[in-house]
Amino acid sequence: MHAFRRLVDSATRVRGVRRVRQAFIPGSPTGKTAGELRAYIEGQDPVAGRPFTEVLIGELTRSLDGREAVAFDRSVPRLLEADTEENLQRLFMERHWTDFLPIVLPTEARVEEMLRGTSHAPDEVVGHLAPTFYGREAWEFTVEKVAVNAVMAGARPEYLPVILALAASGVTARQSSVSSIGTGAIVNGPIRREIGMNAGIGALGPYNHANATIGRAYGLLSQNLQGGSVPGETYVGSLGNNFSYNNMTFAENEEASPWRPLHVRRGYEPDQSTVTPFLHLRNYLVTFGVRRSWREKLKEMLRAQNPTSGALLIVDPSAARILAEREGFATPESLLDWMHSSARMEVGRWWDHWGTEQFLKPLAEQGIEPWAGRLRADPGEEVTIFPREQLELVVVGGETNPAYALASGRCERTVSVDAWR
Amino acid sequence: MASTTTSGGHRLVVHDPRGYPPKVEGKVLARGLPSLEGRTVYLVDGRFGNGADAFMEQLQAWLRERMPSVRTRLVRWREPFADDPDTSREIRAHADAVIFGVGI
Repeated sequence: MHAFRRLVDSATRVRGVRRVRQAFIPGSPTGKTAGELRAYIEGQDPVAGRPFTEVLIGELTRSLDGREAVAFDRSVPRLLEADTEENLQRLFMERHWTDFLPIVLPTEARVEEMLRGTSHAPDEVVGHLAPTFYGREAWEFTVEKVAVNAVMAGARPEYLPVILALAASGVTARQSSVSSIGTGAIVNGPIRREIGMNAGIGALGPYNHANATIGRAYGLLSQNLQGGSVPGETYVGSLGNNFSYNNMTFAENEEASPWRPLHVRRGYEPDQSTVTPFLHLRNYLVTFGVRRSWREKLKEMLRAQNPTSGALLIVDPSAARILAEREGFATPESLLDWMHSSARMEVGRWWDHWGTEQFLKPLAEQGIEPWAGRLRADPGEEVTIFPREQLELVVVGGETNPAYALASGRCERTVSVDAWR
Repeated sequence: MASTTTSGGHRLVVHDPRGYPPKVEGKVLARGLPSLEGRTVYLVDGRFGNGADAFMEQLQAWLRERMPSVRTRLVRWREPFADDPDTSREIRAHADAVIFGVGI
């Protein structure tokens, strides 16, 4: 089956067209020689099983048969037909409503109990999610639907305000991209302690009920409330992303940090509770100790990142104190400023990234700065790799090792958890 | 907990976990052409991925060789995932057909 066949079918059907005029080539044209591209044209359409040019011209000259338009009912019932636990677990899995691990079945009683975690009415609309930022339809969902997915993840009612905030953020944890985007979530403020989140030893690992189930709920609600995350249809990540199992959900260790916490830097008061999803989480590179060569190491880590994915510095409190006191970064902003100005590469190499060529070159060609200037620059000229606003840092960990890590990721927005209590 | 017991075992009633999709309203395609001969066909590089432009150049060459009466114009969409009103306007004004390169 051609990699994009089902995607094309599903995308066109939900736009009201049974089948667009289409032809397929065997694979990506990226990096192919002129001869190889010519062979695609003179070869077979792998979906139709006929010569590509015959399909192409045939489609353009095909008469309409009056059945192109399609409208269909997509009402979603509130409750499913009664069945055994075993059959329901299989049903949920077969319909891609799970992460392929057993779920807690969302019975009416369990959902009702979960809804005690918020003062908002079950039928209040929380927001909209779509599998991509571009071109896919957005589905709508209510407080109750979020609660259903929170139950499935094994979450407790007291976690629901955080889960609702993540749902309301509009940032899906199941982004469909050929580049296999993952998403993380950072929780700040009093809610961390209220619900027993972990910001210390093992905070990024499977050692805390709230961290684990909030992260899992974020993934499940994303796939189920946005219209799906089905490989080939509503998910096209070529490699997939292991972060998507739990969406790297943790609490910042505000108490042990020498700096103002993330949510305060982003405009909230210390006693307000927030959650910050970060998108483009694809990798995580860690090192140990703020050693003599730490600046060179961090620069190398920054240079290894995709220039359009941003970067998140994840710092153990013991390392953060060294950076603040010994290295002189009294504020997190000063460290981020240093990272921004120090993360540099030759502009020729900077343009040789899928992300910069894909998303920034078109802007440069329209004369939009600073990208236009980078197109005019000598290939050997050094430029900063990231926009300053796409760099961020967070302090987390249990001080058993002065570790710091660089993850790819951009903090998309910080949303209020208190609004969903 | 709403449940029933039948000869098949204890049965549960559970919620559907899905959100609510927008309505799908049918759309009609543009009419097909009786033939491409003598027509103007726009070849559009959709700008997603790196290679659609080179592919369209090859397609343009093939059409020039095999269907010389077909006039082609190769254009690039301004940027991926966004409207390009200027190119759309030009296509509506001058094209009999469009081949739009989608995918990577």
